[in-house]
Amino acid sequence: MENIAIKVEHISKYYRIGLKETKYDTMGDAIVGWLKKPIRNFKRLKSLSSILDENDDDVFKAVNDVSFQVYKGEVLGIIGKNGAGKSTLLKLLSRITEPTKGKIEIYGRVASLLEVGTGFNPELTGRENIYLNGTILGMTKKEIDAKLEAIISFSGIEKFIETPVKRYSSGMKVRLAFSVAAHLDPEVLIIDEVLAVGDAEFQKKCLGKMQEVAGTQGRTVLFVSHDMSAVTTLCNRTILLEKGAIKNIGKTFDIITEYLQKNNTTESLLDIERIKGDQTFMVESIIVSSSENTYSSAMSGRPFYITVNLKSKLADEEISEVPIVDMRIENNVGQRLFWISNSLHANQTAANKKKIVFYFEKCQLVAGLYNITINVNYKNLTVDWLGNIADFEVVEGQYYDTGKLPPKQQGNFLLDFKVK
Amino acid sequence: MQHTIIESKKGKGRFDFKEFIKYKDLLYFMVLRDVTVVYKQSVLGFAWAVINPVFSMLVFTIVFGRLAGVPSDGIPYPIFSYAALIPWTYFSNTLNTSGTSLINNSSIFTKVYFPRLIIPLTPVLSKLVDLSISFILLLVLMIYYQFFPTFKIFLILPLIVLLVMTAAGMGSWLSALALQYRDVKFGITFAVPLLMYAAPVVFPASLIMQKLGYKIYLLYGLYPLTGIIEGFRAAVIPSKAIPWDLIGMSAIGAILIFTFGLFVFKRFENRFADVA
Repeated sequence: MENIAIKVEHISKYYRIGLKETKYDTMGDAIVGWLKKPIRNFKRLKSLSSILDENDDDVFKAVNDVSFQVYKGEVLGIIGKNGAGKSTLLKLLSRITEPTKGKIEIYGRVASLLEVGTGFNPELTGRENIYLNGTILGMTKKEIDAKLEAIISFSGIEKFIETPVKRYSSGMKVRLAFSVAAHLDPEVLIIDEVLAVGDAEFQKKCLGKMQEVAGTQGRTVLFVSHDMSAVTTLCNRTILLEKGAIKNIGKTFDIITEYLQKNNTTESLLDIERIKGDQTFMVESIIVSSSENTYSSAMSGRPFYITVNLKSKLADEEISEVPIVDMRIENNVGQRLFWISNSLHANQTAANKKKIVFYFEKCQLVAGLYNITINVNYKNLTVDWLGNIADFEVVEGQYYDTGKLPPKQQGNFLLDFKVK
Repeated sequence: MQHTIIESKKGKGRFDFKEFIKYKDLLYFMVLRDVTVVYKQSVLGFAWAVINPVFSMLVFTIVFGRLAGVPSDGIPYPIFSYAALIPWTYFSNTLNTSGTSLINNSSIFTKVYFPRLIIPLTPVLSKLVDLSISFILLLVLMIYYQFFPTFKIFLILPLIVLLVMTAAGMGSWLSALALQYRDVKFGITFAVPLLMYAAPVVFPASLIMQKLGYKIYLLYGLYPLTGIIEGFRAAVIPSKAIPWDLIGMSAIGAILIFTFGLFVFKRFENRFADVA
């Protein structure tokens, strides 16, 4: 018990989702329905807060029987797709909403940051907002008095501290807000993706401050994020949530790998109408992955596979040579980034002539969305062509293993280099 | 070491007084925010705190005092109605702001935990500033009519306590209800002006005694504004005796409303984030 900071036992949170409105066939029904509407409205509004029975049709289990423990001084990450229950879990942990079932115990002074700058009032000055926001986050006036200088200087907006916040740029507002948050002094910190705001430089500063909080001062931190590189840098252990339940919990690296098993794959491409080629070979699917035999999305700096599965009208023994597969990769703003083809390689003796695998030792693309245009040649004839057909995502990853990456929008590729 | 337990209380949570005290600084800064912000970027600023009751007083004096000839216990009608309008204006402003306070501040309490009661209580306290300012004109009227304050003026303090309790009870109750049923928000806008006619603002409470007898008069006292308003009048008008019976009834009414309001608020509190 001694070294446990957070104990979550079988926690569940159910919500009621709106059921479909009844439709009326006749005008009479419609009038009666309209007259009864206030009663129905009342029932519906009342049901929002009624005790939920898990067997009701309109019950949505946002978090379903989740149990885990966080040890003192540990930084635990929580990842998962949108709608996996991350935010609800955080709201439960930070006491914003009450669990339907289960129990959470937290040992130590807690602070939770689901957003920076909660309660900021545009009419008040920076200084007044520090006090307002600070007390909302649970600090006392005395604590803020003591830290005021540090908060102001961390934010770097000393000159504007007596100016109403409505005259601030959005960047300044975020700086001020994060600065208040960074000076909370909790033993347990629950933090949502608040790092996603602000300019890159300030983000780095905040990440540094968080690491300081987590590492040297021995704080327990629960960190929810979509930013895989931040999770990798900060967290020792990570929870993967899926559909409101824990899919897996373990070492961050393993869990992130598993998370990336989100299939970066296109569903069958066979049904798409073709405008070129005689379809001797057809592209059946394209899988972009960071490992050869599993579906996992690509991550900068990790291995990178593009697997093209073909379907042929010909019987296997009739296929005399490996089809030539050319691919053009564009980013989501339509810039052509590179072109590859198995014809660029001399070795054309693949065992499986209907599965072409392109392997890259390290994915050098920066995080973002990409798409593929593919062309298949067989015996010098175009047999299949699909334009901008397969979208895939590259997730941010630690290419340089330094916790640092080039600023966003500063290029499409990550290159290996040395500094001498 | 602090130990927090989070589990479903199903609306049966107790009022955590210790925690509320821990967050007293937040209440202070919320009130300060309201007071600072309310008249920002307005030309007349805090003068609005006086303008509102003064114009009501002028209209009431003309319509009820002169035209309709409503009795005023022999007190000049302007000071008779203004002494009532001070607590009434506070009460109606507070109900309007406090009743919608949870709706208007949902972006805060869906992001951070703190005792939610602070939200409806903030206007209850911040409107006291307007109340104090509106006393300035009362002093002017007292000088004009040469009503020199006696020891009775100190009665105003306990009356304000009753007024605050009533406003806090009603405000927290309505705010909790309005968050789930937005009808309440619209209801407040139309019901509050009507509630004024239920209180002895434009007529004296003695009229009720004359027409309906002493028992009804006492029951009428349960509406806390009755005793508070009549008490305010007695406090500033030397010739008017203090209606202890009415004030006593109103104290009971105020305590009931206060307790009931906080109780309902506590019942609803756990689902605020879900229905907001």
